[in-house]
Amino acid sequence: MAEALGFKNVGMTFGDGTQALSGVSFDVSPGEFVTVVGPSGCGKSTLLRIASNLESETQGSCVVNRDSIGYVFQDATLLPWRTVRRNIEIIAELHRIPKVERRRLAQNAIDLVGLTGFEEKYPRQLSGGMRMRASLARSLVMKPRVFLFDEPFGALDEITRERLNDELLQLFQLEGFAALFITHSISEAVYMSTKVLVMSARPGTIVASFDVPFAYPRAHSLRYEPAFAKLCGEVSRSLRGALV
Amino acid sequence: MTASVGINITDNGDQSAPPSLRVEDTPRDDVDKTRVSDFAGPTIVLVLFIGFWYLLSTKILPPQKRFLLPTPHRVVNEGFLTWSAGTQRGLRPILLSLWDSIKIAISGLFLTIVIGTTLATLMATRRWIERATWPYLVALQSAPILAMTPLIRALIDGVRVQRILVVVLIAFFPIVNNTLFGLLSVDKSQHELFTLHKASKFTRLVKLQFPAAMPNIFVGLRISAGLSVIGAVVGDFYFRRGGVVGIGAQIDIYRSRLWGAELIASIILASIFGLVVFILFGLLAKQAIGKWHTTTRGR
Repeated sequence: MAEALGFKNVGMTFGDGTQALSGVSFDVSPGEFVTVVGPSGCGKSTLLRIASNLESETQGSCVVNRDSIGYVFQDATLLPWRTVRRNIEIIAELHRIPKVERRRLAQNAIDLVGLTGFEEKYPRQLSGGMRMRASLARSLVMKPRVFLFDEPFGALDEITRERLNDELLQLFQLEGFAALFITHSISEAVYMSTKVLVMSARPGTIVASFDVPFAYPRAHSLRYEPAFAKLCGEVSRSLRGALV
Repeated sequence: MTASVGINITDNGDQSAPPSLRVEDTPRDDVDKTRVSDFAGPTIVLVLFIGFWYLLSTKILPPQKRFLLPTPHRVVNEGFLTWSAGTQRGLRPILLSLWDSIKIAISGLFLTIVIGTTLATLMATRRWIERATWPYLVALQSAPILAMTPLIRALIDGVRVQRILVVVLIAFFPIVNNTLFGLLSVDKSQHELFTLHKASKFTRLVKLQFPAAMPNIFVGLRISAGLSVIGAVVGDFYFRRGGVVGIGAQIDIYRSRLWGAELIASIILASIFGLVVFILFGLLAKQAIGKWHTTTRGR
C-alpha cells in the first residue's frame, strides 16, 4: 500500500545551531501503527512537528498528505471556555463545515470515545483521562488518514493509560489510519504498534526498528506473555545502547 | 443546583434513591456556600471603623479642630437625613452632583473600553504598534492630570468633554494592559491547534485569543471601572461651570465652606458608587466566564 507518511533522510537544525534530527528515514502506511521511543530531548516531538508542518525540515524531505492530519498533543489542549461538544466541534468549525453537519460529526466522535452524556460539561469538570478522550475525539472528527500522537497518555495514571491504549487500538482498527506515536513507555510502544523505532540521543536518528508480530485485536493479557516481555527487553536494550 | 442523572430517575417517580447512588452533576469546585465569616468580617471592620471615627472626632482631635470631622451621627443627620436645607445643604444637592458625575464616569468608561480594547487588539496583532505605543502608555499612566489641565482647557471646548477626557486618561491603562496581556498569553499548543488547521488571524483572534483573554479583560475592566469613578471626581475638581456641578466640585465647595457633615456624606456616597461599580463588574465577570473560569485560593 502507498505510504501515508514518509521521511526521507530528514534532518533538522534549529536557528541556534542545535541539531535535533539527522538522517531520519522511515515510512508509515495506512493501517500501520509506528511508535518512536527514545531518550528525552532526542527530537521525537520534532518529527511530529515536521510531519504536521508546524516546523520545516532543514535537510531531506517529508512527504505527507497535510490536509488529512490528526494531531494529538501532549496535554489535551482543550479550550476551557467551550463545552466538550463545542471543543470537539472546533476543528470542523475551522474547516467551515456547516453547523448541522458539524454537530453530527462531533456526536459520532463523542460516542466513539465514550463521552456520551458529557457533551455539555466544561473541561475543568472532567478527569484527566476524559480530557484526553475529548482531545482524541476532537482529532477524530475530520476522519484524518494520518494520526500523530505526541506522548498523549504520558500524564495519566497507569490504569487510565492502559484503558485508553485499548480504546485507541479499537479506533485504529476501525478507522485504519496511519499512526505515528511518540512515547516514553516501552511497553506502551510494543503493545500498540506494528513497528517500534528506537531513536538515539541528539541529534536524533533511527538506530533500530522492531516489527511487532502480535495480531490485532490485542488483549490486555498480551502484556504478560513471554514473547511480549522478550520484545520489550530487546527494545529496552537497544534504547540503552542509544543512550551511550 | 444539584441535578442528578441516570440512576435516580425511575419510572414510578420514586425520588428516594440514597444520595450516595446519585451521579452528581455539580462541578467539583464551585460549591457556592455563604458562610457566616462572609458577613462577620466586613461587619467587624465597619464597627471598628465607626468606633475609631467617634474616638477621632470626640477625643483625639484637639477641640478647636473637631469641626473638621463631625461625629458619625451628625453626618447621618445632616448629610443623609436632611433632604434639602438652604442652598446646597442636605442630601438632595449631593445626589444631584453625584448623578452628574456618574454620567461622566459611565460615558468615560464606555469610551475607555472601546478605545482600550481596540488599541490592545491592534497591539496584539501588530508588533510594531505595540512597540510604538507601549512606552507612551506607561508614561501617560503616571503623568499627573493636574499638569495637563491647562492644555486640556486650551484644546477642548466644553466642560463635559473635558471631564470625560480626564476619565479616559485615568482609566485607560489597566484595560489596555490586561487585554493585551490576555491576548498574548494564550497557550502555545492551543495556538498550534489553530495553525494546524490554517486558521486566519481573525478567526484566531475571535475564537481563541479573545475568549482566552476574557478573565484578564474582566480584571482590567474592574480596575478601569473603579478608576473611572476616581477620574470623574478628579475631573469635576478641575473642570466646572455654573449650574449643577459634579460630586468632586461639590466636595470642594463643602470643604471651602467647612461643611463637614455634607463633605463626609459626599465622600461616603462617592465611595459607595465606586463600590457598586466594582461589584457590578464582578457579577458581570461571573456571569460571563464563571462557568469555566475559577480563581483558586491556596489553603
